[in-house]
Amino acid sequence: MSHTFSPEVIAEIQERARLGGCEVRGLGAKRAVPSFDDLLILSAGISPAPLEGTQERCDTRTVLGTRHAEEPVVLDIPITIAGMSFGSLSAGAKEALGRAAAMTGTSTTTGDGGMAPEERDSSKTLVYQCLPSRYGFDPDDLRSADAVEIVLGQGAAPGGGSVLLGQKVTTSVAFMRDLPEGLDQRAASRHPDWTGPDGLRVKIEELREATSWRIPVYVKIGAARVASDVRHAVEAGADVIVVDGMQGGTGAAQDVFIEHTGIPTLAATRMAADTLRRLSVENEVQLVISGGVRSGADVAKALALGADAVSVGVAALIALGCNSTSDDTGADVSLGYRALGTVPGSCTACHTGGCPVGIATQDDMLADRLDPDFGAERVANYLRALAMETTMLARACGKSSVHDLDTGDLVALTVEAAAMARVPLAGTSWIPGVTD
Amino acid sequence: MTSLPRQSDQRAGRQGDPPAAEVTLDAAALSTREINRSLQALPYGRAVVTNPDGRHNLAVGLDAPVRVEIDGPAGFYAGGLGKQAHITVNGPAGCGVGENLMSGDVHVRGSAGRSAAASARGGVVVVDGGCSSRAGISLKGATLAIGGDAGALCGLLAQSGVILIGGDAGPCLGDSLYEAVLYVGGKIAGLGADAVVEEITQHDVTFVKILAEGCGFDHLSPADVTKVVSTRRLYNMQNHDHGNY
Repeated sequence: MSHTFSPEVIAEIQERARLGGCEVRGLGAKRAVPSFDDLLILSAGISPAPLEGTQERCDTRTVLGTRHAEEPVVLDIPITIAGMSFGSLSAGAKEALGRAAAMTGTSTTTGDGGMAPEERDSSKTLVYQCLPSRYGFDPDDLRSADAVEIVLGQGAAPGGGSVLLGQKVTTSVAFMRDLPEGLDQRAASRHPDWTGPDGLRVKIEELREATSWRIPVYVKIGAARVASDVRHAVEAGADVIVVDGMQGGTGAAQDVFIEHTGIPTLAATRMAADTLRRLSVENEVQLVISGGVRSGADVAKALALGADAVSVGVAALIALGCNSTSDDTGADVSLGYRALGTVPGSCTACHTGGCPVGIATQDDMLADRLDPDFGAERVANYLRALAMETTMLARACGKSSVHDLDTGDLVALTVEAAAMARVPLAGTSWIPGVTD
Repeated sequence: MTSLPRQSDQRAGRQGDPPAAEVTLDAAALSTREINRSLQALPYGRAVVTNPDGRHNLAVGLDAPVRVEIDGPAGFYAGGLGKQAHITVNGPAGCGVGENLMSGDVHVRGSAGRSAAASARGGVVVVDGGCSSRAGISLKGATLAIGGDAGALCGLLAQSGVILIGGDAGPCLGDSLYEAVLYVGGKIAGLGADAVVEEITQHDVTFVKILAEGCGFDHLSPADVTKVVSTRRLYNMQNHDHGNY
């Protein structure tokens, strides 16, 4: 069997030959890349000593947007919910995510398509995205938000615009986006009213003027040219930089983007943090990392590498019920997966709108399979578990705040991870590219 | 069918001014933040911003039926993110004039830079002179009236609303157009992907006549405009059309 032309590659070539097009799918990169799993945490020993797990407090309070905003975002935990659109997700899913964030004292984020009323009503702290498409962008919604996030790209498809296939462009979604119903929406990859770093600076000022400089301005980049993009965003005046690594998910994007563009979250985190330090703004501009964050260990490692917070997207959807075998009525929905040509645990068919558990759909009958009350409780439990795991690891390192974790608390399992994270290979003092 | 802009709202300072004091804000002595906070606090009435000297972000985020005159050249995003207000720029305007306008109007008594009325969802943007590239990009329901020529990619990805070009249109007019309608009084250098010329009807002539009159465009012959709409062939992904995207 050829490695170059494996059975999977042969099948892909045959599919392209049949369709004359490329595969569009949901979620994130399937390929194995260096990740937070390739790092280990150096727990405390004689000195420093660990904190007592139940008796000594470990702070998780997180403040974002301290640079220019009059009202920074204050969160109870350093774990936020990433931007996902109403349209890609059902209204019930957006409501559940908002409620879960409110229950755990954190923020959630809108997505391409504007702010759904259910989302604003259910979210205590809501970040409003300003995307290239500007679908549904409304100054009233902007003023009602707790922060605004200018999105330059997403980790799943940096350089590409979002896609929403026609089966999800229903009456309500089309109305919010000013699009004809049933159209295959291909959103712009570039903002309509500015180009380049100088344009971004003026755009940021415009959003501040429209909100009386009250709320923070985040800038989100898809992790590719991280050092350059972070520098430009800082110089343009961003309060918070959000870096979405290549393992980040999407509701629909071309597979060629998902698997072949951007850099891993691990590398992007260190690169972004180092850039902030180089610019001497690490205490002024906050860094939020996303893209494949799943556990408290991932959170702790991201914070140790220099992030102030993380965002979870796909993991929050999985907590909500994505890829489950049953829905919130208790019914077995395996047949729904089979109809999409997949099985629970492997489904990436968000783009089809046929989500068997009612999350990534605009079909009312499917959406009814998700109970926002149950869903919110599951996501809130998940976020609490992540926060608990993060504090466990921080305490084990002798830290009284999760934000005190640093690169001295990490080693790498592989040479690649050591080079990307710029931490020593485990059992050595060797940092590839840094030490001899 | 596309609705006509409200006549009484088309031009700042034309009629129906609320009986309120006029405020003068000297941009040479005030920061952008101070100017906008003052303008945003006005419930009605008139304000004049003097010495703008191309300042960016003037009169953004207004949400009241105020009449604002920017007495000179404005920079980027003049009147952006606005609702209800009537804004006049006595001079040229920079990139993104009237961007994401929701209602009210912005009138540029000069030419405008790139991306005029970008993503505007309502109201009217009138530019007496010409516009640079990508005028009316991603338009979402507003009306953009350009007295002079429009640069390349005018109407790119325009979703709904109307663009009237009194002069000539540059290359790639209406590229990837959705449901917006474009009228061109002069010559068209070239159409973009999925844009097509459609025969005008009496309704179009009447509509253009009323719109042109309201904007003060007397150099335009409504019966001779060229109408450009979408072929809608790119609305759904067809596998062999990828080269057109």
